[in-house]
Amino acid sequence: MSEPTLPSGVERRAFDGRERLATRGPPVYGEPTDGEWRAWDPSRSKLGAMLKLGMDTGLAGDDTVLYLGAASGTTVSHVADISGATYAVEFAARPARDLLSVADDRANLFPLLKDARRPATYGHVVEPVDVLVQDVATRGQADVAVRNARFLSEGGRLLLAVKARSEDVTAEPDAVFESVTGTLSETYEILGTRRLDRFHDDHLGVVARRR
Amino acid sequence: MHEDDPTDEGWFAGLDRGDLAAAREAIESGGSETPADWPALAVESGFADGEADYYDALHEATVHTTREMVHEAERAGDRQLVHAVWAMDDCTRTANELAERVAEWAGSLLEESGSGLEYAREVADRDDVPTSLRSLATRVRDLDDQAATLRTDIERTAPDVAPNLSAMAGPVLAARLVSLAGGLESLAKKPSGTLQVLGAEEALFAHLQGHAPSPKHGVIYTHDAVRNTHPDDRGSASRALAGKLTIAARVDHYSGERKPELDEELRERIDAIRARKAGDGATRDDDE
Repeated sequence: MSEPTLPSGVERRAFDGRERLATRGPPVYGEPTDGEWRAWDPSRSKLGAMLKLGMDTGLAGDDTVLYLGAASGTTVSHVADISGATYAVEFAARPARDLLSVADDRANLFPLLKDARRPATYGHVVEPVDVLVQDVATRGQADVAVRNARFLSEGGRLLLAVKARSEDVTAEPDAVFESVTGTLSETYEILGTRRLDRFHDDHLGVVARRR
Repeated sequence: MHEDDPTDEGWFAGLDRGDLAAAREAIESGGSETPADWPALAVESGFADGEADYYDALHEATVHTTREMVHEAERAGDRQLVHAVWAMDDCTRTANELAERVAEWAGSLLEESGSGLEYAREVADRDDVPTSLRSLATRVRDLDDQAATLRTDIERTAPDVAPNLSAMAGPVLAARLVSLAGGLESLAKKPSGTLQVLGAEEALFAHLQGHAPSPKHGVIYTHDAVRNTHPDDRGSASRALAGKLTIAARVDHYSGERKPELDEELRERIDAIRARKAGDGATRDDDE
């Protein structure tokens, strides 16, 4: 395992004798805690897996963040722990209910029940951000990232988890990933990609920079 | 629904601090093609006393808005579906029953006879029958139309309530399972063996009292995976289908995320069961 620099606010700490990634904040999903620190489970979080696998995410403490596909708020809770203003977009009502309890405990987390494919419906709430994190299980994931590039200034980061099976259940994941990165590269310069299979089957982690 | 006509103003424009109802309206229905430095603009316009104060207001407004929208969506969801399914079934059953009455009556008056809903529709359009018969036939037609409208409603709303279950079972069967279980949550908490026989309660209780074989399937009988499988293999097919539907219902209730791979897994499983029949029947019924 490589030893890249972790974003400030994320530390490796021992929980029950095992070293795990952790952030400081109120617990959310029954994760192990150590004082203020709580473990960040890479098998429940694609961004957690990207960090665990040593991808250089370029996250700095106190970034402003737009998070697309916040779901129940598992990952976005850790992101909000280490970031400044964090906008969390989720389309489905059921997971958004859980996201709300995460937001109740975090003054810098702003939940929005919106469709990530239609950024104009939240452009009046979300400010330009330093980092776009995307984990949406819908067809057209690259397209979502391209449409939401408007929230990033030049050089802003995209941290993307691509789920091959959301694009096409029958296609080879590699073919899907190639097509996704192809679409992305018009708008983003791709800095690194890595398969997340150790924690998430048929997922690709992508780090990119807005052109 | 104003996303085609974004104002390009922040959500706080023209808003009174603390008016959460108006804030919700602005966040839910407003929009802007391009983002802007809203915190700075809000301070500039006097909405907030500083960045920290703006974020406090934003937090209060977004949490409030999302909570209300979630609450409404869920209230609108599975309970409404249950009512729609019962109403559709009532309309269909009553329409069929009355159509028989119309056919009996019309048969005593007219040369040609017929039966069923189609015939009742014909009678409703005739002017050579007594008004009271024509009126009854018109009721039948309206009830049948109402059932069709309810079906369309169900087909539209079931995928929102239970996306995976609807994709796998079809919206109407999905809605039927939800209503037999008494809601999506109760369906998600049932074991697959229970889901398999939902709608076959009479046969199940006869079996439990010891004088009948166990039912192989309830309403899931209408699913292609059961109906179009050879009768010898329908027990296996029902069991496999019920297993996958149970998973779909649980994903729908606990996560709500659409997982197309579930459909694929069901297809593979059913293909395997059907292929087995073509080869050798010896291992039938002792799988899993």
